[in-house]
Amino acid sequence: MDPVLISTFADIVRNAAPLLIASQGELITERAGVVNLSLDGTILLSAMAAFAVTLTTGSLVLGISVAVVVGMVVALIVISSSVFLKLDQIAVGFILTLLCADLSTFLGRDYANRAGKEIPYAPIPILKDIKFLGIGEIFFQHNVLIYFSLFLIVFMGFWLYHTRFGLQLRGLGERPQAAYVRGVRVQFWRFVYVAIGGGLVGLAGATYSLSVRLGWKENLTLGNGWIALAIVIFGAWRPYRIAFGAYLIVGLRALALYLQKEQLLDLPVQIINMTPWVLMLLTLIFVSSGLAERTLVLVPEKWRPAAQRFLRANPPAALGTNFEKS
Amino acid sequence: MNVELQNISKHFGPLKANDRISFQFGEGRIYAILGENGAGKSTLMKILSGYQTATHGQILINEQAVTLSTPSVAIQHGIGMLYQDPLDFAPLTALENYISGRSGGLLLQRREMVADFHKHCRELGFDLNPHALVEAMTVGERQQLEIVRLLSLGVRFLILDEPTTGISAEQKTQLFDTLKRLAHEDSMTVVLVSHKLADVEELCDEVLALRRGQLVGHEVLPCPTERMVEMMFGKRLDPPQRELVETGRPTLQVEHLPIHARLFSIPEFNLEVNEGEVIGLAGLDGSGQVEFMHTVAGLERPTWSDHVFAVLALIVLWIVFALLLDESPTVMWLGSFSALALIGVSLQAPIVGWVRRQLGQEPIARVQLDQATIANAGYRDLLARGVVFLPSGRLEEGLVKGLTVMDHVALTTRNGKPWINWLGVWRQAKQMIETFNVKGRPLDPIQNLSGGNQQRVSVGLLPERLRLVLLENPTRGLDVESAQRIWSILLKRREQGTSIIFSSPDLDEIIDYSDRILVFSSGRVTLVEDAQDITTAHLGELIGGKV
Repeated sequence: MDPVLISTFADIVRNAAPLLIASQGELITERAGVVNLSLDGTILLSAMAAFAVTLTTGSLVLGISVAVVVGMVVALIVISSSVFLKLDQIAVGFILTLLCADLSTFLGRDYANRAGKEIPYAPIPILKDIKFLGIGEIFFQHNVLIYFSLFLIVFMGFWLYHTRFGLQLRGLGERPQAAYVRGVRVQFWRFVYVAIGGGLVGLAGATYSLSVRLGWKENLTLGNGWIALAIVIFGAWRPYRIAFGAYLIVGLRALALYLQKEQLLDLPVQIINMTPWVLMLLTLIFVSSGLAERTLVLVPEKWRPAAQRFLRANPPAALGTNFEKS
Repeated sequence: MNVELQNISKHFGPLKANDRISFQFGEGRIYAILGENGAGKSTLMKILSGYQTATHGQILINEQAVTLSTPSVAIQHGIGMLYQDPLDFAPLTALENYISGRSGGLLLQRREMVADFHKHCRELGFDLNPHALVEAMTVGERQQLEIVRLLSLGVRFLILDEPTTGISAEQKTQLFDTLKRLAHEDSMTVVLVSHKLADVEELCDEVLALRRGQLVGHEVLPCPTERMVEMMFGKRLDPPQRELVETGRPTLQVEHLPIHARLFSIPEFNLEVNEGEVIGLAGLDGSGQVEFMHTVAGLERPTWSDHVFAVLALIVLWIVFALLLDESPTVMWLGSFSALALIGVSLQAPIVGWVRRQLGQEPIARVQLDQATIANAGYRDLLARGVVFLPSGRLEEGLVKGLTVMDHVALTTRNGKPWINWLGVWRQAKQMIETFNVKGRPLDPIQNLSGGNQQRVSVGLLPERLRLVLLENPTRGLDVESAQRIWSILLKRREQGTSIIFSSPDLDEIIDYSDRILVFSSGRVTLVEDAQDITTAHLGELIGGKV
């Protein structure tokens, strides 16, 4: 394959990593029935924290851990205020997003625009040399966090649909009362999953400041948290479709940059930044207007149930609600 | 397994939902628990199944005191409950529902579980597809799934809360046969919570009655129906009376109306309703009864208007492309064409339908009210002409949760001025409360009223000039007395020439109150000309599509 194309694909895999990790984290949270709308702010704050801690202590592991903890704490604020104070998850999440974003600017002002450490490049032996379709270079010549993002896709797909815990998680956001009757400790597991989801969002922040965008400056992640939220909807709360969404959006950006550089396309870069929203809108129109159902007629009878399952995009039924027994 | 209740009390603040209830359930018997709404049946069953814990008292299983702190603990002790709306996960398959809540390894072991599922289904004589999505199953099948699941977990004491609401006569017979076999052959204990006396008489061995949280009666069946009614209400009820009302000229005429329902579609629907006539709609949920009423009430436009939003959004998008990208003709054309193509796809069916109708290949739908066509009128328009629809979800769709009775009166009265005359509204609310015997005050929030009183308010808010009223399951969740009150109010409206169309899962209700019955069954509609001549069994067969 063309070496330019291969390196472009490798770039896409790298640049999509934080989006992927964050959206899979939000997937876990929302499947548990909780909306963590603070994604954008959390990513910024944890990116700043990861960078600042690494810079002061010199330890990457410590930096990443702090980022994960920041993500968890913010997520736990969302669910605690929902469970204990009966506050609206969306309102709390939205306020937290604004707070965290400003907090990152304030706390990070001493660390802005300074050179710091990077997560070491660690190509995987043997696999990195696969020449076929450039697989080696595209997937196996990155650092640990990028590998983790790839692993996460497969892991989530397996875990959600093939394990008992995954089944339990799917039930939790769908109908917590039914989960409770089946012996699931609803509130406990909601806290656990929300913490895990928040931790992943924090990790996404660390991926930005320690690998993909390297360093810290105000508004480092450029609203990518919102995009991750949109990808969860676009991906219909399913791990593989979410991965597809993340790669699609990063791919579109890469394509636009390439076309612009080669002067094949005469349009401003802002248009490309709008694509995720337009895509979300089109997907929502397509799925909820009945258009999808109508398209199904074109699918052969045999494949229709599978196609229907793929096309449907219903959010977990209990999303954003507080669990009460009766 | 013997289960004994000792002095069970449950208090919600000052309200005593259960008051010192003691009873001993024996093996191999089927018990019925009777009671009005709010008598404490559900609370008692929730305590027995571990969903709630009692304030005082204890539960003994085989003479051993147990604490049923959660439903899963209760299931471990062998007590399982089937809820009125089965507590299952709609977007999951039957198998996944069956597996969830079961202990085992990390993996789902689908293959072994399918075998296990089939084994337990066979034992009970149920025919369920493990790979079907629960949302595509009928209520009856979902109940069967829950029963299979509970019994496979070792449940020996099965509680069923109103299981015959929303299932077909055939499914009911099958369910009752299974329950009888479980109790009398496998010596399990079955407890049926119900307010349908016919079901109780058909199935149960013993009957308990609760009133205001207390256990007020215990009889071994068979016992006279009057005795059961007396236990429930403490007084005798007059049987429902229907005065004959002269039916006049037609109010509603429907011809060639296509109906699209969740389960089935009806290609062509015809009906003529006369003044003062009551039409009952029978059939399984999702067979088109509600969709028909929605269409007549103007809540569901018959053809393409539900896609207007999609088309509008696409047009906006198209304009955005055209305006924003004038620097880049390529993208503009691409965007425009794709938007146009999407509009084309979304309008394809209605356009084809229109052409076919013009060519005479498809009949034109006609809906007329008092000889004037209303095919494309909206609800607001129809309301002014005297058509009202009352949904079954009272608090969700019919009334506004959080507003008071008075607010509701203010909402429904129009005096043509931009402000509200609160004094007048208050008088009106007072008067309505008196006329319809509502237990409540004008300033009570609507959700604080009981279901029966809420429905009385809904009916009381019906406009003076009423040509046609469409009711979706008007007595859902109401006890016999409340239901009869609602019906006596409704039947009175017929004297002014109002026609009534209603749907109900309760076949007795349909036979008792209808002049004619429309049976919706698998995309077909059968008209029963004389409702007085048909039996419940025959009607059930019609619904099941046997005849």
